[in-house]
Amino acid sequence: MAKVLMKGNEAIALAAIKGGADAFYGYPITPQNEIPEYLSKHMLANGKVFLQAESEVSAINMVYGAAGAGKRVMTSSSSPGIALKQEGISYITAAELPCLIVSVMRGGPGLGSIQPSQGDYYQATRGGGNGDYHLIVFAPESIQETIDVIKESFDIADYYRNPVMVLVDGLIGQMMESVDFDRPVRERFLPNKDWATTGTKDHPGRRNVANSLYLDPQALENHNIHLNEKYKLIKKNETKFELVNFDNPEYVIVAYGTMARICRSAIEMLKKEGIEVGMIRPITLFPYPEKAFDQIPANAKGILTCELSMGQMLDDVLIANNGRHKVGFFGRAGGMLPDPEEIVAAIKNFNERVVK
Amino acid sequence: MWETKYEKSAGLTDSKLSYCPGCTHGIVHKLVAEVLVELGILDRSIAIASVGCSVFSYQFFNCDAQQSPHGRACALATGVKRVLPENIVFTYQGDGDLASIGIAETIHAANRGENITVIFMNNAIYGMTGGQMAPTSLIGQRTTTSQDGRDVAHHGNPIKISEMFSTIEGVAYLERVAAYDPKHVINAKRAIKKAFQYQMENKGFTMVEIVATCPVNWGLKPVDAMKWSKEAMEPVFPLGVFKDKGAK
Ligand SMILES: Cc1ncc(C[n+]2csc(CCOP(=O)(O)OP(=O)(O)O)c2C)c(N)n1
Ligand code: SF4
Repeated sequence: MAKVLMKGNEAIALAAIKGGADAFYGYPITPQNEIPEYLSKHMLANGKVFLQAESEVSAINMVYGAAGAGKRVMTSSSSPGIALKQEGISYITAAELPCLIVSVMRGGPGLGSIQPSQGDYYQATRGGGNGDYHLIVFAPESIQETIDVIKESFDIADYYRNPVMVLVDGLIGQMMESVDFDRPVRERFLPNKDWATTGTKDHPGRRNVANSLYLDPQALENHNIHLNEKYKLIKKNETKFELVNFDNPEYVIVAYGTMARICRSAIEMLKKEGIEVGMIRPITLFPYPEKAFDQIPANAKGILTCELSMGQMLDDVLIANNGRHKVGFFGRAGGMLPDPEEIVAAIKNFNERVVK
Repeated sequence: MWETKYEKSAGLTDSKLSYCPGCTHGIVHKLVAEVLVELGILDRSIAIASVGCSVFSYQFFNCDAQQSPHGRACALATGVKRVLPENIVFTYQGDGDLASIGIAETIHAANRGENITVIFMNNAIYGMTGGQMAPTSLIGQRTTTSQDGRDVAHHGNPIKISEMFSTIEGVAYLERVAAYDPKHVINAKRAIKKAFQYQMENKGFTMVEIVATCPVNWGLKPVDAMKWSKEAMEPVFPLGVFKDKGAK
């Protein structure tokens, strides 16, 4: 397929179909409505399942059911809707069911705004569901990267039997780009889903059960240890990041998603003024690319964390930096997008930005 | 010469049931299990266990199963049935699970005419958490959270699920039955069987509400609990067929 001009949300929907989505369950919320709208047409037309649920609570539990039945299933939503999905996300993770959750962030807290934001970093990486669990979280910066990540996400979810969240903001959802849907996806060996609840006729002599209840403390601790081993493996295998302009940078920016795009422009502007600034761009937020921070030159003057929030990823930057460099923060929130000039100024006045 | 007169249904596993003496959960488990076997659908059935005393029903029904978050059983069932339309999918839920926290999921599954079967155990109390008031608790009923008895002015009236659901177009079959004596147990089995038969014929949403018991949290002996379910509950929750799309 040649390159096509497409809106972010529709590209997400088509990429999910290309990734093999069997079913979609969701509930309308701006700024992600084009995802279910596109899927309602194209899933049903291809004999796949599309269902608008009565709430996000219900939608994520429909995802649980269909994922437990062994199908490739997805949902999408935005900030307040993802908040409602947290209960189901915890259960799905506990029952080790694979699925894809697309989160198109808008301004918060509360009803907030429908403008782009990165205020749900904690929601994605720390979660609001109960218990020790993690999602595999991707935070692409362009529509093309979003497509590539989504196409692979069902494989990753199936491989680890864990939900994958693709975290973008309203800007990526709403903008248009020329994109290619046929870029190759990494091949993975995927075992049969012999755990799926499809009826004992398919696996005589064995009952398959999707469950998260372990009343015996030792059994639950064993389950927690098992999940933790899996998260360690995910950390080892799936951590992804990009280093931008990293030959001996004076300062290093850390930014993801839309903010990383804005920072790229700022980096070019600073270069023209003779100031070399590198960037660590995390592509996975869990696992967080802590190792990337080892590549920051010892003589770098500082790290500037840039976010469309009041400072959430900042926590992970401080952990990864581990006291080696000064860490500063620049953020805009509420749906306000900074001009690159604001980031240029923040680098020039780095000392005023230092938080630790 | 030995002859088998009675044996445990092949629809139940060998797991020891976790229910108290005099509790109707055990009786209704047996009825559902027998129906699945008699209809020859056990090996393509998927049970959705809810949260309540029946939480372990995923260990008891001898088929594949999923354990749902509290109240979401009909959403899980919808998710399964939509991707596996050839399978038989049923939920097993208490009144706290279905009529309180899960009422939205249940109403909308019914309204979509989801081709699933709901076994609804109405014992007018929260059993598992120790006898708190349920939306179905009777006026005047003392529970651990309505210690002077349920008061209409404060709590509202007991919610009547079968009456409510009888107005929903997507419902194909809906009957309220009891389990307090052999005659009613036999009748309950007939209703459960009909509900599953309708599902096999893709007729739509089917539900059987069972006027159940909770002797432990009602503070009654098993025999007295059966009596209370007949004498106190049945007048508030009258038995009968509320909807039957197949009836001529
Ligand atoms: C989200 C959530 N809230 C509350 C609970 C606690 N809880 C467990 S069972 C239950 C009520 C069960 O009552 P019912 O559905 O009537 O079933 P029964 O035990 O009487 O059979 C509650 C409130 C829970 N597990 N999850
Ligand atoms: S507490 Fe009540 S509902 Fe639960 S098993 Fe015992 S008698 Fe049955």
